[in-house]
Amino acid sequence: MLQTDRPQNQNLMKIEAPVDGPWREATRLFMRNPSAIAGLVLLGFVLLVAIAGPWVMGADPFEIRAAPLTAPFSEEAILGTDYLGRDVLTTLVYGGRATLLVGAIAAILSVSIGITLGAMAGYYGGRVDAVLMRITEFFQVLPALLFAMVVVTLFSPSLVTITLAIGVVSWTGTARLTRAEFMKYRNLEFVRAERSIGASHARIIWQVILPNALPPLIVSATLAIGAAILFEAGLSFLGLGDPNQMSWGLMIGSNRQYIFSGWWAVAFPGAAIFVTVLGVSLIGDGLNDSLNPKLRER
Amino acid sequence: MTQPLLKVENLQVEFNSRRGKAMVLNGVNIEVQPGETLCVVGESGCGKSMTALALLRLIPSPPGKISGGRVLFHGEDLLTASEERMRQVRGNRISMIFQEPMTSLNPVFTVGDQIGESLRLHAGLNASEARTQAIAMLKQVGIPAPERRVDEYPHQLSGGMRQRVMIAIALACQPDILIADEPTTALDVTVQAQIFDLLRELQREKGTAILLITHDMGAVAEMADRVMVMYAGRIIEQGTAEQVLERPAHPYTQGLINCLPELGSSLQSERAELAEIEGMVPSIWELDKACAFRERCTHALEKCAQEAPPMFTLTHSSDTAPHMTACWLQLQQTTDQGQAA
Repeated sequence: MLQTDRPQNQNLMKIEAPVDGPWREATRLFMRNPSAIAGLVLLGFVLLVAIAGPWVMGADPFEIRAAPLTAPFSEEAILGTDYLGRDVLTTLVYGGRATLLVGAIAAILSVSIGITLGAMAGYYGGRVDAVLMRITEFFQVLPALLFAMVVVTLFSPSLVTITLAIGVVSWTGTARLTRAEFMKYRNLEFVRAERSIGASHARIIWQVILPNALPPLIVSATLAIGAAILFEAGLSFLGLGDPNQMSWGLMIGSNRQYIFSGWWAVAFPGAAIFVTVLGVSLIGDGLNDSLNPKLRER
Repeated sequence: MTQPLLKVENLQVEFNSRRGKAMVLNGVNIEVQPGETLCVVGESGCGKSMTALALLRLIPSPPGKISGGRVLFHGEDLLTASEERMRQVRGNRISMIFQEPMTSLNPVFTVGDQIGESLRLHAGLNASEARTQAIAMLKQVGIPAPERRVDEYPHQLSGGMRQRVMIAIALACQPDILIADEPTTALDVTVQAQIFDLLRELQREKGTAILLITHDMGAVAEMADRVMVMYAGRIIEQGTAEQVLERPAHPYTQGLINCLPELGSSLQSERAELAEIEGMVPSIWELDKACAFRERCTHALEKCAQEAPPMFTLTHSSDTAPHMTACWLQLQQTTDQGQAA
C-alpha cells in the first residue's frame, strides 16, 4: 500500500506547486522562443557596441583618417573610409548612439502620447472620444514624412527636434489600439467592481485597465522603436539629420553619390540599421507570441 | 423604530436615447434598518440592479440619469454629495458584490492585492498591513490555506471561491451596508447555500445590513427579514418575509410564488404543468401612467388601465409590521372590508 501511495503524493505535489502569475508565465514563454532570443542577441550586440564602442575607440568620428574611399579590410581602416576619408567603423560605432537614442526616445514619446490620448478616448467615450479621435485622424491623414520634414526644417535640425518630430507624427496607431483596448475593458464587471469600492477614474485608467491592456501595447511599443529608427535614418538620408551628430542615416545620405566607387560607406551603416530593426522586430514578435494567450497554443 | 440606516425617497432614474426618455425607476422608496436583510425581488429588467447601482451613483451615464429623489445614508443625501465624498462611501460604508464572480475580479492582480486595495484606499494601510489584513479576511470568508491563496490569481480559484473573495473585498472595510446583486446566480446550488450561510454568519458577527437583490424566491425565504417586490421600476409590495411569502397581496407576487416548482409533488403524482405568469415584462419604452402589470394580470379591473395604484397598508389582524402593496384590487377589497366593519 505504501508503495502505491507514493506516486499519488507526487501528483498532489505537482498540483499544489504555485502557479506563476501572468507576467512570469509570459517571460517563460518568451525565453523558450528561439527567434525572440535571436532578436535579444542582435539588439544586445548593437546596444553593447553603441554604448561601449566609443570608449574603446576613443576617437573623433569626424576625424579624417586615411585617403578618401579606402577599401575595407585594409590596414588603415578595417571597414574602409568614406568620401572624406573618415573611418567607417568609427563613424558606425558613434552613429549607432545617435540612431538608437533617437529611436528609443521617439518611440517612448510616441507611445506615451498614444496611450494617454487613447486611454482617455476609450475610457470616457462620448464627446471626449469624438474630439480626441478627430485629432488622431488629423494626424493620421497627414503624410508623416512630409510633416516631420516641415517640423525639422522649421526648427533647425538637431537631435531634439528630430526626436520630437518623429514622436509627434507616429503616435496615432498606438492611440487607436489603446482606445480599442479601453473600450473593451471599461464595461467589464471587475472595472465596475473597482468603481464600487471607491476607486477614482485616474486609478481605474492607470492601475486597473492599463495593466490588463498592456500586452498588445508592449508589442506595439517595441515595433515603434524599429519604426522610429527607420524614420530617423530616412530623415538623415534626406539631409535633414543633425549635421553635427554622426548617425547611420547621415552616413548613408552623405555617401550615396559614391555608392558605386565606395559601396562600403553605404552598405555597412545600412546593414547596421537592418540588424537593429530586425532584432527589435524579432523581440516584438516574440513578445506578441508570449503575451497573446490566443497564440500560445501554437 | 430606530432611525433607518438608509432611506431612499422617491428615487427616479431615467434613460435617454434616440427613442426618447424612459423611466427605469419610478418613485422607489426603500428603508434599510441596521443589521437587517432586505430582499429586493423581481424579474429581469424590473429595475433591481438599477436600484443598487443608483444607491452608489454608479449608473452608466450616458444613457442613464438619476432624475429625482433622495438617498439618505445616515441622514446625508448621497445624490447631492460630491464625487469625492461618494468615493469615500463606496466600498467603505456601502459596498457591493456582483453577479458574476468569474469576471468581477481583475485577472492580472493577486486576490491579496485586490482585497488589500480597498483597505489601502479607505483605511490608509500600507502594503504589508493590507496583506496581513487580506489573509485575515480570506480566513473569515472560509478560504482554506489563506496564506497561500493570498498570492494566487483569480483564474486559479473556483467560482465559489471567487465569490468568497468578492465578499472579502466588500467586507474588508466593515461597511454598514452590503449590496449583493444576485450573488449566487452564477453558482451551483450547493455553493449557493454555502455563500448564503457565509453572508448570514458575517452579518451576525459584524451587524452589516444586507440589501439582497435576487429573482430567486428560495433565496428570499432563506435570507430575508423584509421583502420588496419590484415590477417595471416600481415597488409593488413590501412587508416582512413572512407576510409577503405567506400572504402575497399583489397578483404579481402571487404569480412569482406560484411559479416555484415543488420538488416533492411533481415526483409523486404526474408532473403538473409548471405555473407561469403569462406575457412579458413591458418594455421600459412602453410604460404609461397606469398599472404596468395589468396586461398580464388575471384580475385586472377597469381602473387598472386608467391610473397607477397607490401604495397602501393592508389591514390584517395578525400584522405586527406594515404590509403594503400597490394594487387596485386589494385596495378595493380592503375598503369594502372597512365599510362592512
